Amino acid sequence: MAKKISILIVDDEESVRDSLYNWFIEDGYRVECAENAKKALTLLESDQFDIILADIKMPGMDGLEMLRRIKSIKPDSIVIVMTAFATVDTAVKALKDGAYDYVTKPFDPDDLTHLIRNATKMISLEDENENLRKKVITLENVEDLIGTSEAMKDLLREVESVAQTNSSVILTGESGTGKELVARAIHANSPRRFFPFVSVHCGALTESLLESELFGHEKGAFTGAMYNRKGRFEMADSGSIFLDEIATISSKMQVELLRVLESKTFIRVGGNKEISSDFRVICATNKDLKSMVEQGTFREDLYYRLNVVNIHIPPLRDRIADIPLLVDYFIKKYCTSMNKPPASIDISALKRLQEFNYPGNIRELENMIERAIVVGDGKRITLKDLPLEKTMVNSSTESLDDFEKAFILQILHKYSWNISRAAKALKVDRVTLYAKIRKYDLKPLDQ
Amino acid sequence: MSLPNITLISFGFFEQDFLEQIAKAVQAEFDFTVNIREGRIELGEYYDPARRQYNGNTLISIVDSMTFPESNKILGLFNVDLFIPILTYIFGQAYLNGKSGIASIYRLSNERYGMPKDEQILLDRTKKEVIHELGHTFGLIHCDNPICVMRSSTYLEDVDQKRQNLCHNCKTKLEIIF
Repeated sequence: MAKKISILIVDDEESVRDSLYNWFIEDGYRVECAENAKKALTLLESDQFDIILADIKMPGMDGLEMLRRIKSIKPDSIVIVMTAFATVDTAVKALKDGAYDYVTKPFDPDDLTHLIRNATKMISLEDENENLRKKVITLENVEDLIGTSEAMKDLLREVESVAQTNSSVILTGESGTGKELVARAIHANSPRRFFPFVSVHCGALTESLLESELFGHEKGAFTGAMYNRKGRFEMADSGSIFLDEIATISSKMQVELLRVLESKTFIRVGGNKEISSDFRVICATNKDLKSMVEQGTFREDLYYRLNVVNIHIPPLRDRIADIPLLVDYFIKKYCTSMNKPPASIDISALKRLQEFNYPGNIRELENMIERAIVVGDGKRITLKDLPLEKTMVNSSTESLDDFEKAFILQILHKYSWNISRAAKALKVDRVTLYAKIRKYDLKPLDQ
Repeated sequence: MSLPNITLISFGFFEQDFLEQIAKAVQAEFDFTVNIREGRIELGEYYDPARRQYNGNTLISIVDSMTFPESNKILGLFNVDLFIPILTYIFGQAYLNGKSGIASIYRLSNERYGMPKDEQILLDRTKKEVIHELGHTFGLIHCDNPICVMRSSTYLEDVDQKRQNLCHNCKTKLEIIF
């Protein structure tokens, strides 16, 4: 579907505004006019335009000053400046300040048509480039979905069949099982694959931040809202949105989310214009949403709206057969990224890896291999390179929380309680790590 | 709502046969009755000496102010060089979804470009330009189809390349309007 290009005309002469307005309207563009720079900047605060066609000589703020202000707010804006009094100096100045082009009034009709057509082409190329870039990232990540075990084959079959539909999906599974990878795989195999895959980590954001992240905000909506900003729902138009840790959202956000899912329309924080977006929702949680509904902590109507299809991702301990393949994959991945020659692994080390319980699932296995490549001799991974002894679990009576607590504590010690580095190693953000530290009341050894 | 009839007003001298053939082409394309009238305005008032051209914006507003009980679409046909303030020249213009449009044969003749006179080519080009501007008054925007009459044409070559008919898509849009 072709996007309708919008043009803002800024000129103090009414006849120029009217002429350009009529010309562009006949070409099917959405057109707005402003008689001075101040009005144009006000319009730009509440609306978005693909192309801004501005006169240089205007009473009050001139076109060049307006160009600088627009560029400081939105550097990728396409601004074409026009003047009746062309000088090389002003042309150079305008182009140096970021103008897309510079034209002298009156124009030849063909020049005007070509100018706008070229700018339009650039906009669609940029959009296409952005979508392709996102698609490449999505596809690269999908390659990480590895395994030939029966559990994995079942999962891949489910992914393939659900990808073709437009239904909402809830992915359940323990932490570290690769829920986001599965979400990306669903998107990459769906008819929406040429459009964005947008991921939101609901658990890492406070209620107000999540609201602004999902719906976007208008300039001045709150302290620090310097510019208009698109929300994730808007960014996911024609594509898919992945809401991770959906169980953590507040009851207010649950109501808001339900409304958006039903109408596919929303209003930016601090705004008043209804925006519509066509997106598919994929959610993930490691909590039991059904019992949260029974306890009254998760809305039943939202649960049924989201839970059209439920895919459960098995923990790594239930797909031991995939461990050799995963180990091989992670060795190659980290040797390449660390610029090292391909390493191999001892049979005994691999055997021990297959006996391990993996409370942190694939993420834990990946971290082990990464560590082994960092600390090992770079040629062969042996038992001594694997941190199995400290975390080996052979009792099935301990809870998942106990495993998680022990694992986080181990990583924190390893990185001397440097939260940023520990969070990076655990592949979670700092907010989540702080939340876990509070939850398990973890403290450094000397406290 | 009664179906619109179209009035074609000529400003300046045109052969009656020339006007009738244009009216016939318009009628065939839109399937509405076309009336031909002769307009009388003092064109000198709309002349811009600095540009040595006639102001298309003022002329279209004059045409738009005219009312004819039998029709609700009006097309003014001129034989002068038209301009609008932002463009060096125009072949014609119209109010999108409005009542009126204007067109001029001034830049449509071969002689203007140093080529031999050809009455048939001039007639064909004028038919296309008139149908194009009337298409805008019915709400049609420029079309990407290279042979559709609603294709934007800023050069004579563009006008010659297209046909005097609406493409299937534009015809469908027009049918939806009515």
